[in-house]
Amino acid sequence: MIEITEVPSPFCGIGTDDLTIRVDGVSIKVIENGCAVNTPAFEQAITDTSPRVNGQEVSLDVAITAAAALLKDTRLPVIGGCATDVNGMRALLALADRAGAVVDNMNFTGARNNFLALQDSGWMNTTLAEVKNRCDLLLIVGTDLEAFAPRFFERYLWNKEAMFLADTSARDIVYLGQSPTGSASTSPTGKQAHVLPCATEDLPEVIAVLRALVKAQPITAKTVCGIAVADLQALADKFKAAKYSVVTWAASALAYAQAELTVQQLSEMIKDINNQNTRSSGLPLAGKEGDQTANQVCGWTTGYPARMRFSAGYPEYDPFLNDTNLLLANGEADALVWVQAFNSKSVPPETTLPTIVVARSGMVFTKEPEVFIPVGTPGIDHVGHAYRMDNVVAIRLKKLRDSGLPSTAEVLNAIEQAL
Amino acid sequence: MLIRLTGGTVYDPASGIDGQQQDIYIENGRIIDKPQGEFKVDQDYDLQGKVVMSGAIDMHTHIGGGKGNIARMLLPEDHRQDPVPRSDITRSGCGHAMPSTFVTGYRYAEMGYTAGFEPALLPINARQAHMEMGDIPILDKGGYVMLGSDDYLLRLLTAKKDQKAINDYVAWTMHTAKAIGVKVVNPGGINAFKFNQRKLDLDEQNAHYGVTPREILQVLATAVKELGVPHPLHVHGCNLGVPGNVQTTLDTIQGIGGLPMHLTHIQFHSYGTEGDFKFSSGAAQIAEAINSNKNITVDVGQILFGQTVTASGDNMRQHANHKFASPNKWVVMDIECDAGCGVVPFKYKDQNFVNALQWAIGLETFLLVNDPWRIFLTTDHPNGAPFTSYPHLIRLLMDRSFRNDMLSTIHPEAQKMTTLASIDREYTLQEIAIMTRAGAAKLIGLTDRGGLSAGNFADITIYTDNADRQKMFEKPDYVFKDGQLVVVNGKVVSTKWGTTHVVKPDFDPSVEKGLKDYFDRYLTMKLGNFKISDDEIIEDGRGSITVHPLSS
Repeated sequence: MIEITEVPSPFCGIGTDDLTIRVDGVSIKVIENGCAVNTPAFEQAITDTSPRVNGQEVSLDVAITAAAALLKDTRLPVIGGCATDVNGMRALLALADRAGAVVDNMNFTGARNNFLALQDSGWMNTTLAEVKNRCDLLLIVGTDLEAFAPRFFERYLWNKEAMFLADTSARDIVYLGQSPTGSASTSPTGKQAHVLPCATEDLPEVIAVLRALVKAQPITAKTVCGIAVADLQALADKFKAAKYSVVTWAASALAYAQAELTVQQLSEMIKDINNQNTRSSGLPLAGKEGDQTANQVCGWTTGYPARMRFSAGYPEYDPFLNDTNLLLANGEADALVWVQAFNSKSVPPETTLPTIVVARSGMVFTKEPEVFIPVGTPGIDHVGHAYRMDNVVAIRLKKLRDSGLPSTAEVLNAIEQAL
Repeated sequence: MLIRLTGGTVYDPASGIDGQQQDIYIENGRIIDKPQGEFKVDQDYDLQGKVVMSGAIDMHTHIGGGKGNIARMLLPEDHRQDPVPRSDITRSGCGHAMPSTFVTGYRYAEMGYTAGFEPALLPINARQAHMEMGDIPILDKGGYVMLGSDDYLLRLLTAKKDQKAINDYVAWTMHTAKAIGVKVVNPGGINAFKFNQRKLDLDEQNAHYGVTPREILQVLATAVKELGVPHPLHVHGCNLGVPGNVQTTLDTIQGIGGLPMHLTHIQFHSYGTEGDFKFSSGAAQIAEAINSNKNITVDVGQILFGQTVTASGDNMRQHANHKFASPNKWVVMDIECDAGCGVVPFKYKDQNFVNALQWAIGLETFLLVNDPWRIFLTTDHPNGAPFTSYPHLIRLLMDRSFRNDMLSTIHPEAQKMTTLASIDREYTLQEIAIMTRAGAAKLIGLTDRGGLSAGNFADITIYTDNADRQKMFEKPDYVFKDGQLVVVNGKVVSTKWGTTHVVKPDFDPSVEKGLKDYFDRYLTMKLGNFKISDDEIIEDGRGSITVHPLSS
């Protein structure tokens, strides 16, 4: 039995790297600094260690040969999930390039709200250390932040000391839309977050008014979607008075049509604030299930984020048409590869197509895939790299135990070689 | 296996060889002397009438790191115009302004380049830079770690820590980030932007720290020299792109007091305020200062007309430049109490007065600086133009009539504001070889690259002599990387992985005490998790690390 300290987590997206973990054989226990997201993700038990072909346990070599045979004559295989580490994504993209496959990260439909805004007008963003040391006003839009990342407030807002704030507990926290479900946003001295609640689908209207107020445009209405315009005016005034405000949102939580326009409106509002003699930045929340990792590695390898295809022999990007679920529903795809090294509960979409699953041990299927290869989890079973939500920082993941499970990269590289 | 390159005309400035016919022998990846006695040549290349140089080295090119990947994500429409299909030996990808990693390696090699150095390795983003460069085939690579706007350094300065403390921190950072040089971008300005300062002159104080860019340059240039890092402090100065910044640049040169200093993309820092448009060339003054200050080296950052994207650590200046974004979309980031970045697409137009004069200013600088060992051929890829435009740039430097033909087509007012037409100089092949090979290797401190004498790695490029220098340099006959034939007739025929060049200056291990405390209190990562291990570069079996000696 050993204890490992300063363990980084690939699960929460906010780069917690202070976990203490006790390893006993292959069983793992989070001893210190766990949370509702990280603890169950680390402690998930290994069940199956052997690959299966058509439900029969086989050797890794046999499974790889079967996977390659299944992919060999396909015309448009789809590689979905894409939840793995940097080396896993490198191998995934090499395989996709060879097989002429679609590459589609499972969180892309949410992330698309950000990418469409980025690719149309851009943004001004910041990272977690700047939030920790500078942020004097945080606006949380449409998201229950503590459910998304339970330790966000503890690590990045209620830190005892900050380089540029005399009293971190004096920070202003404002929720717009979704109200918080817990009390993590209440400061250690008892200062509570200010909540301006509205329905999620009303956010576009509310944010349009907020931006107009930031730009000092006249608004004649007294309320918008249940929020007093005077309250929004007060928020606009806070932005102008703040030295370093930050606006955060989870693109996936903006679950309505054309939510990219909401991200764009927020991002343009941030630019407007920066033109009014103060600073403000955006902070998109992400980093779950390897989504930032998939987009980063796909970005440098192909030029595009992780919803693209190689079927023409070169990379092509379409953030709508390359959606796994759409391709399966339309009958365009002829095979599915599901890669999910982080979460055994994240099963492949239902399909009658031949399916290869390369996933964390313990995945339970309603329909047994043709090929199932259990792999190690980056940051538990092997070293690796994962990107945090803020996109700049790649964390170095540790190997905590010897499970004998191969890495995603080993399996996908072997399948590519077998092709 | 013994390879002989027979009868080529060799330009090897590192050995003082200027266009002499010589045979070159290659064994086990290195150039060797002609074997004694009887020997058997396994492969013989007849290079009669061909030009032989070592592989070219780009000493300043943005090929790895977060801002480049943001630039990629920002411009899908640019990639769509230049798709690159896979082949039996090469991966697919995309090209133009900010190519994919694999295409970056192929296209550099296809122009005869065998190494490229990323000039802006943010300590917190160095992992990504190395991972991206790890996916660039064929090329050797390395990076200059960026300091000067990081809060830790500014705190050291405010606390009046001595030069030794600075040196230890700089050396420690070079180790953890796996760097071969140290870069400073808008010294202290990236930090000042976070405090809402929108400009920072050489002697202007950071609003929070009270530190000036001049002090930052002084301590960092001193640290680099005292640590024995061969590459001088790599400086992206204050006031990039601002009319009148020629004076800032001249003051920067004077202010460094004779310490070695490399001023990068000097073209963007050579602007006066004369004329009807209050924008003029300061190239003559800058060139004069370079010529008379032997401690100064520069690369040009030439602009060439067309669409590109600018990706810089200088969030302060990039935020100001967003007004010129074309297409109109841009990204600015503040990063981890460490640095920042700004990504702004640009379309340089020959009929735009400012762009046309920028083009002329870069060329004036090339032609007015006398010593080719102290000036380097760059476009600050992709900021002035994509690296694929180098052959065109070489022709502009080597062919006066071509240059003047081009000059006669640019904005007429810009033509009146440049002395370019009166400059007769044409670069020689030897001078091109100095700028792009021997000089670059010497500047970076690469001990066995950039030359063709025995003992050097066999990075060799062979061209067919052609009066049209653009045609000549865009399609080498052969390129060897570490003795392996990787390009024939301008096309990749095989691939391999290059090494990562670093230096490892000494530091007092007690430097980590202060750093650990700082990381625990203010940053978001444990110190132990911040440090990049050698394993991270070599564990996938493709990368390797080459440590170069320090200067004595």
